[in-house]
Amino acid sequence: MQTAIDIHSENPRRGRAAAIASLRAENVHKTLGTHPVLRGVSLAAYPHEVISVLGASGSGKSTLLRCLNLLEVPDSGEIWFRDEKLDIRPPAGRNGARIGDARQARRVRASLGMVFQSFNLWPHKTALENVMEGPVHVRGLTRRAATECAEHYLRKVGLIERRDHYPRHLSGGQQQRVAIARALAMEPEVLLFDEPTSALDPELTGEVLRAIRSLAEEGRTMILVTHELSFAREVSSRVAFMQGGRIEEEGPPEEVLSRPASAGLRRFLDPVC
Amino acid sequence: MDIALITESIETLLGGVVLTLELTILSLLIGFGLSVPLAFMRASRSQWLSMPVLAYTYVFRGTPLLVQLFLIYYGLSQLAFVRESFLWLLFRDPFYCALLAFSLNSAAYTIEVFRGGIQSVPPGLVEAAQAIGLSPTKIRLRIVFPLAFRTVLPSYANEVVGMIKASSLASTVTLLEITGLARKLVSETFAPYEVFIAAGAIYLGLTFLASRLFNLIELHLSGAPPDKARFPWLLKLRQAL
Repeated sequence: MQTAIDIHSENPRRGRAAAIASLRAENVHKTLGTHPVLRGVSLAAYPHEVISVLGASGSGKSTLLRCLNLLEVPDSGEIWFRDEKLDIRPPAGRNGARIGDARQARRVRASLGMVFQSFNLWPHKTALENVMEGPVHVRGLTRRAATECAEHYLRKVGLIERRDHYPRHLSGGQQQRVAIARALAMEPEVLLFDEPTSALDPELTGEVLRAIRSLAEEGRTMILVTHELSFAREVSSRVAFMQGGRIEEEGPPEEVLSRPASAGLRRFLDPVC
Repeated sequence: MDIALITESIETLLGGVVLTLELTILSLLIGFGLSVPLAFMRASRSQWLSMPVLAYTYVFRGTPLLVQLFLIYYGLSQLAFVRESFLWLLFRDPFYCALLAFSLNSAAYTIEVFRGGIQSVPPGLVEAAQAIGLSPTKIRLRIVFPLAFRTVLPSYANEVVGMIKASSLASTVTLLEITGLARKLVSETFAPYEVFIAAGAIYLGLTFLASRLFNLIELHLSGAPPDKARFPWLLKLRQAL
């Protein structure tokens, strides 16, 4: 476990200052309906780290990811973006937890790229328009600059020649790569991937995983919820295994995945035994 | 049946087309403008926002347009504050009474049409917009409404066609649009059969044009690739939406 860093100290030592987590969840609880999905989860992503979150369906890993950019608002616990604590109002009476400072939430979300399981491209916009939306309407770039930015990232995911296609004329893998370009065009600090290949046919997962791998190799900070075990082993600097709304095990992939300490992870890694 | 009289009547009645179109198009535009924000209120989870709008649509959809028109035309003049204010400049004119009635009525139907569309937008598309930090207003105007509008376009086209036909009620408050002219012509020629056939034919032409227009818009909004777009102005409209 990472100890909390005193960010307010006037003379932070260099090494410590560099070690402020880009994104951090602290003892997060979340109940959806009557089901406690997260029961005290802490996770921190430091700059250039790639963290894979593994776990069976229903273990809370997607909810954790959605709490990090406040698509779900934690009932209790803290979310920190760098040295800034997000303003979260706990549940009161019949109302659930809610965002306290909408401007802050928008600003932080703009710095956290999110890629969804079901792509969620806007069907009435072309690939290029999907990618340009954020640069124009959130970052405030001119149309010209936004077009250049969008083209740059479409080229990066290998889809520049599909720029004028609508999502329904793209394959699942292509749609997900456009979604990755859309997230990148915000120049985010941290990238969040929510099972990015789970909705894809097996033969289409490769192109998406290659795109994600190349981002990992650039040293981007990423949190990846995935079922792709061998991929997680290859690209991650750290893996976290979740079960029953808690992180059971966390550490470098070679340790955690090769010598699982908990029975839960052993079962998860080798369901037959 | 006197064919010559029919063609003659059509010529006369075409003089009312401008007024019919003015009433229809203006009330559709006003109705549209009112219904977009109100439809979002109606679709809101907050009772405080949705209930007043529900009350409004319930009343205007649950009573005949003719009754609404009479209430406005005969009723507004009974109110002292209307008679004694600038409003009187507007509402002593039957045109503005009809326009008000039609706009409020059209808005009520359009709100319910758009509400259905708004609620049918997949939540994931809204989340994707939230995730890049788009503001709630921009999410509504740039993501939710354009998608909702595409979904409900056929129902909205019905509303437009319905409004063209409903504008004939303006004849009851002395306006000489197509039906008003027809009634006047009947009282002069005593040939209701021919004259109303002529009037019906003109309405048929107008509704045909309206549904063709919406077919085209639908075709283009449903995303034929842009290089195949045959109507550049429709492409512009699509990009604007």
